[in-house]
Amino acid sequence: MKSKLNLDPAIIASARNAANNIAEDMQIFIERHTTVSTERTILRLLGVDGIDEVERPLPNIVVDAINEGGGLSRGIAYWMGNAMIKTGLSPQQISEKVSSGDLDLMKLETVSTKEAEAQIMPLVQEALDKIKLQSKKRDNYLSTIGEGKKPYLYLIVATGNIYEDVLQAEAAGRQGADIIAVIRTTGQSLLDYVPYGPTTEGFGGTYATQENFRIMRKKLDEVGEEVGRYIRLCNYSSGLCMPEIAAMGAIERLDVMLNDALYGILFRDINMQRTLVDQYFSRVIIGYSGIIMNTGEDNYLTTSDAIEEAHTVLASQFMNEQFALKAGIPEEQMGLGHAFEMDPNTENGFLLELSQAIMAKEIFPKAPLKYMPPTKFMTGNIFKGHIQDALFNMVAIWSGQGLQLLGMLTEAIHTPHLQDRMLAIENAKYIFNNARDIGEEVEFKENGIIQKRAQEVLNSAEKMLKEIEKEGLFSTIEKGKFAGVKRPKDGGKGLHGVALKDEQYFNPFITLMLGGGK
Amino acid sequence: MTDIAKIDLTKVKPYGDTMNDGMMQLSFTLPIPYSDEASEAAKVLARKMGLDEPAVVCSKDLGIGYTYFIMYGKCQHTVDFTTIKVNKIEVEIMDKYEVEKYIKENIQRDVVIVGACTGTDAHTVGIDAIMNMKGFHGHYGLERYKGIEAFNMGSQVPNEVLVAKAIEMNADAILVSQVVTQKDVHIPNMTQLVELLEAEGVRDKMVIVCGGPRISHELAQELGYDAGFGSDTYAEDVGTFIVTEMVKRKLV
Repeated sequence: MKSKLNLDPAIIASARNAANNIAEDMQIFIERHTTVSTERTILRLLGVDGIDEVERPLPNIVVDAINEGGGLSRGIAYWMGNAMIKTGLSPQQISEKVSSGDLDLMKLETVSTKEAEAQIMPLVQEALDKIKLQSKKRDNYLSTIGEGKKPYLYLIVATGNIYEDVLQAEAAGRQGADIIAVIRTTGQSLLDYVPYGPTTEGFGGTYATQENFRIMRKKLDEVGEEVGRYIRLCNYSSGLCMPEIAAMGAIERLDVMLNDALYGILFRDINMQRTLVDQYFSRVIIGYSGIIMNTGEDNYLTTSDAIEEAHTVLASQFMNEQFALKAGIPEEQMGLGHAFEMDPNTENGFLLELSQAIMAKEIFPKAPLKYMPPTKFMTGNIFKGHIQDALFNMVAIWSGQGLQLLGMLTEAIHTPHLQDRMLAIENAKYIFNNARDIGEEVEFKENGIIQKRAQEVLNSAEKMLKEIEKEGLFSTIEKGKFAGVKRPKDGGKGLHGVALKDEQYFNPFITLMLGGGK
Repeated sequence: MTDIAKIDLTKVKPYGDTMNDGMMQLSFTLPIPYSDEASEAAKVLARKMGLDEPAVVCSKDLGIGYTYFIMYGKCQHTVDFTTIKVNKIEVEIMDKYEVEKYIKENIQRDVVIVGACTGTDAHTVGIDAIMNMKGFHGHYGLERYKGIEAFNMGSQVPNEVLVAKAIEMNADAILVSQVVTQKDVHIPNMTQLVELLEAEGVRDKMVIVCGGPRISHELAQELGYDAGFGSDTYAEDVGTFIVTEMVKRKLV
């Protein structure tokens, strides 16, 4: 297809090549390391679940035990396989014994890596089969009851109480939502464990727990069957428990997951080594499970200027694309993020937003791009806010976005009320229908504002990527090139949970998941 | 031709298109199924709220047995505007250059300001707008002010860490941003900061300011802060308050 923006394919290719080199370089680091959260994820996939009397999750207790015993470098898969051979028990039973203090995994006689691996493989296969069954169920829904047209209408619920969330989600589903995202309680990203069970107390959101996932999934399936449209469920595979939550999402059939190491580094001050290693395993799981990943580039524009820093969004999208490819995520599951965040007082701001949105679509044509609504310049004037959201919807349909996070007229006031969601859906449906094929119909003036803007942004992004390629990603972040935030390589939260792998280390899931579904 | 009715400031009513028509618009949801009875219930409620001639101009089925209404009605109540008093920050706001000049003339050294989004709050939009170089809407942040040393600690900073930093930097002022205020999560957090500062014996040596879209000056004072800033606040508002307060309290 001819570029409407007259973008130079050679520059796109050069940017992509630089991003690939950046990701390659990082991949070497990633593959040498593991993390406590990576190891806990393996346990969860092996079926270890539950908490002790002070609500510590079993996966944490077991991984902390091998970490304290100096065994983290070998990986929990080895220790669990070894313990299974020596005790004849299941991973869950072994974990319970570790928790009660009746078993020390590090004090058992040890078998060879090969034996441990062979012991654990049937359980690994069982976990993969379970996930595949969920993917099949999704495919089955999509081929029977079907789905909404793109852009999918993506709505958030955030009451803090999973049961209240379910009610809000049910209403949104009936009104036309295609995706329900359950916002997490503020602060969960910094917990180094995943809370357990159904929860009813959260601030500005609801805890991501496996039980909460299950409760919401069940309701969305019911509503979806009733309205004849599959409703996707979204949550956050981010923060210190990134891969664990990805595993929980895979098991409970989530369809969309936020997943972006750069976001955690910049906006949650999570250690970059930790989260890049965590991101890799979580993306492998996400890719394998048919989940659409969402990246967090939109956030750069809430702290930096949306016009001046547009190229950082594109540069990050290029890198996220390469990181995702390395983890086996197909382009069709890459919900790269961007946003409509320019100051509404900008003359021709709409043209610039349109230009950038079409640019993203042209550069990542197969990706279901995730488009974020105005937030920074929402004021409390709900009437103006509704118009800002309308312009955002107009750009989305024009540029062919994949996932449309609907803006709320009450943004900047409160988490959405029931009627806010209805009004947002009505707004989007009106515009998407009324201007459905505008993108096919309209071309742009050669060297006009719209073409030039996209070319400029692409050029700057390519330049930035080449600099990062030279400098390395760690050092670029240390210098504050993204979102104007500086983060040291050895700073932030979670560094203590990173370990070098030893020669006998193995993670059975990564190999099999990258090998494909069969 | 008749004149329009004069305003009686002791009996003020909403204005739609005629003086004292009392017209108000409102919208809300009732947890009852979409029906004629639901609209009637909305009107009954509006009458109880003091609205005459309530009219449901739009109602929508929200899908779970709940109904949304947009309504108009004529307010019967009035307010006596002449008796209204609001607790506000009483200071003439200076612009960036005036603040810089004020520091040069009245403080004669750098003013150190430490800011953070405290507790579990991860939303730095507000503190960034006030403190960072770039600022917001064309109003430069405090970092760019000559004579101000601004240090933004970012998000999810525990109160203890903020206090330690403020003491270490010998700060003249602390800025606390609280954006997440659902279920009043900010209240205990903001109160704890003041308690910590008092325990450390530094409360009186610093100007303590908070801000956020749901923060009012009145609330701030209730919680023991010197000032609170809500929406539509820029760096110069906060800067002016801090430097004048320092001079007023002889903290220079």
